[in-house]
Amino acid sequence: MKIAVSAEGDTLTSIMDMRFGRAPYFIMIDTDTGEYEAVDNGAAQSSGGAGIAAAQMLVDKGIKILITGNVGPNAMKVLTAGDIPVYGGRQSTVRENMEAYNTGLLEKIDTTVPAHFGLGGQGRR
Amino acid sequence: MKQVVFISGKGGTGKSTVVAALSRMAGDKVLADCDVDAPNLHLLVRGTRTYQADFSGANAALIDREKCVECGACRDACRFDAIQEDYGVEPMACEGCGACMLVCPTDAIRLTQVKTGETYVDDTSLGTFSHARLDIGAEGSGKLVTEVKKNLEQYGKDEAWALVDGSPGIGCAVIASMTGADAVVAVCEPTRSGKSDLVRVLQVADHFGIPAFVCINKYDLNDEITGQIEAFCRENGIPLIGHIPYEPAVVKALQSFQTPVEAGLTHISDEIGRMWDALAAALNNN
Amino acid sequence: MRIAVLSGKGGTGKTTVAASLTSVGICQYVDCDVEEPNGAIFLKPRLTSSTPVTVAVPAVDLSRCDGCGRCAEACQFHAISVVKGTVLLFPELCHHCGACGIACPRDAVSETGREIGVIEADPDGFFIQGRLHIGEPVTIPVIQALKKRIREDVPVILDCPPGASCAVVASIRDCDYCVLVTEPTPFGLHDLKVAVGLVQQMNIPFGVVVNKAMNGDQRIQDYCMENGITVLMEIPFSREIAEGYARGMLPIQAGGEWRDRFLSLYKAIGGGNVR
Repeated sequence: MKIAVSAEGDTLTSIMDMRFGRAPYFIMIDTDTGEYEAVDNGAAQSSGGAGIAAAQMLVDKGIKILITGNVGPNAMKVLTAGDIPVYGGRQSTVRENMEAYNTGLLEKIDTTVPAHFGLGGQGRR
Repeated sequence: MKQVVFISGKGGTGKSTVVAALSRMAGDKVLADCDVDAPNLHLLVRGTRTYQADFSGANAALIDREKCVECGACRDACRFDAIQEDYGVEPMACEGCGACMLVCPTDAIRLTQVKTGETYVDDTSLGTFSHARLDIGAEGSGKLVTEVKKNLEQYGKDEAWALVDGSPGIGCAVIASMTGADAVVAVCEPTRSGKSDLVRVLQVADHFGIPAFVCINKYDLNDEITGQIEAFCRENGIPLIGHIPYEPAVVKALQSFQTPVEAGLTHISDEIGRMWDALAAALNNN
Repeated sequence: MRIAVLSGKGGTGKTTVAASLTSVGICQYVDCDVEEPNGAIFLKPRLTSSTPVTVAVPAVDLSRCDGCGRCAEACQFHAISVVKGTVLLFPELCHHCGACGIACPRDAVSETGREIGVIEADPDGFFIQGRLHIGEPVTIPVIQALKKRIREDVPVILDCPPGASCAVVASIRDCDYCVLVTEPTPFGLHDLKVAVGLVQQMNIPFGVVVNKAMNGDQRIQDYCMENGITVLMEIPFSREIAEGYARGMLPIQAGGEWRDRFLSLYKAIGGGNVR
């Protein structure tokens, strides 16, 4: 199955981006084959609806699990409708977050932060 | 980084002057001007440009005249009166929605990105400064505000504070300025217009769940209305953290590009300093 | 004859000038500053009607919808998302363009109204103002609804929002003359230039009023002279006027000189009949 991690860069050693909608990349890892793909998050450039567009893209790509930091309310609606559970990641690399998820160390997120939360330099650090 | 946005509801209450004064007094901070429509802070905060970029906050329809058969379907579909009789697209009216593109029978229309402004980051002795300019008449001030804040985050160096000069009003630019903030400070004046506008902008802050503080500028212009503002703040649990006296010399100083700090107007700068200390204490206690 | 009063910088005295002109002339006053309308504080109209302003947002008929997602693809603003056959609507992002309805192959998208503000008027419609609801980001539909109530039988004074944004464009479009109000400070001059750029781009003739003028600072007048711009009037900096303003009073209420000066200004910009 495919897992997506929001990321600041396009490799497995890139740091996970705490923001969902405006992360520059999503690293999509196929747990069956072990392969990964870095996908540009075009939605990051949107003014509004960045989270919605990013969530829609993940659904369209058949993602089953999302690992990220903060998700806004609109994006959460789309992810929920798309049956994609969200797990709260850490300020470390994509690879480390995947390992943490695999060993059951990450927790599901079901609360959201206010819209545009990450643009103030706040976040779970 | 804790982000504090200065708003007012009514224009001309002294937001930019207060932020400029604080830029001289507060330490470990970055600055931003989110009044992208009519930016003023750069006139008092000077430095060297380290980054500049065109910003596109909108799309506009582009009609390929060779494919166009002038059937008028686009003009009928457009709700913004943006397509003229000669099938030129009026850039200031076009919303970039693409309805015309959907109805065109010959595929003659596409959406193209338009430049709507420019963003700047300056390195100044007072801290990194992120600001922007919206092109005249352009749409999407809210989007440009969001970009200014993004640059603040990107070009800052993990300072303790971000001081943001907001814009008047309560619409998209103000909403974009305040979302993500740790607090807003509403700088108001004791006039009937000022009080009416203050109440509305505080309602917006409340609507978006942003903690608000109030500072009354030129408070001795009208004791009665100052009293009404004080009562309003008390009744609504909004901390009133500053009372700045009316001082024509502030304007004279501004005319020479000086804030009350350089101009030695200590009764003004001391009060702004006290206000800042109160704010910092309140936010650090969270 | 439509006369728009704008400023670039906020707080320079647009409403003071607009309301003063309205008081001396037989004209209609239109408060286009729908985010923070203040004209009523000075003109004290008896507001007897309140009409909601609604914008069109999509409504989906689920019995016809097959989840194809074309509406979501068409929407440039991410106001519709179609996920696993479920349609999610985000009305606050909607730009009311109708693209979703056009894109739907099954006629499943219709429109419903969402209220974003109100238009308030006095019994004769000589005073009209728009007021945006709290939390709403977009003002233009309220300004457009307001302008539909502009009278054609008398001159009209439009009190505009501060700045030079799309809201100001919507307010001054189709006006015959613009009065730009500014103050002699670096902020005032900078923003005046922005406002001048706007009215020039829109090809509307204009003049400048210098408010809170001080003898020692001629920067506005110098700029106007260098650029062939008419200075229509100077209102000197006055604590008395400021205090009166604080209480909701216009300069003309303080004494004779101001009434005559605004009368002259009103006639000079082509206002027409006076009170």
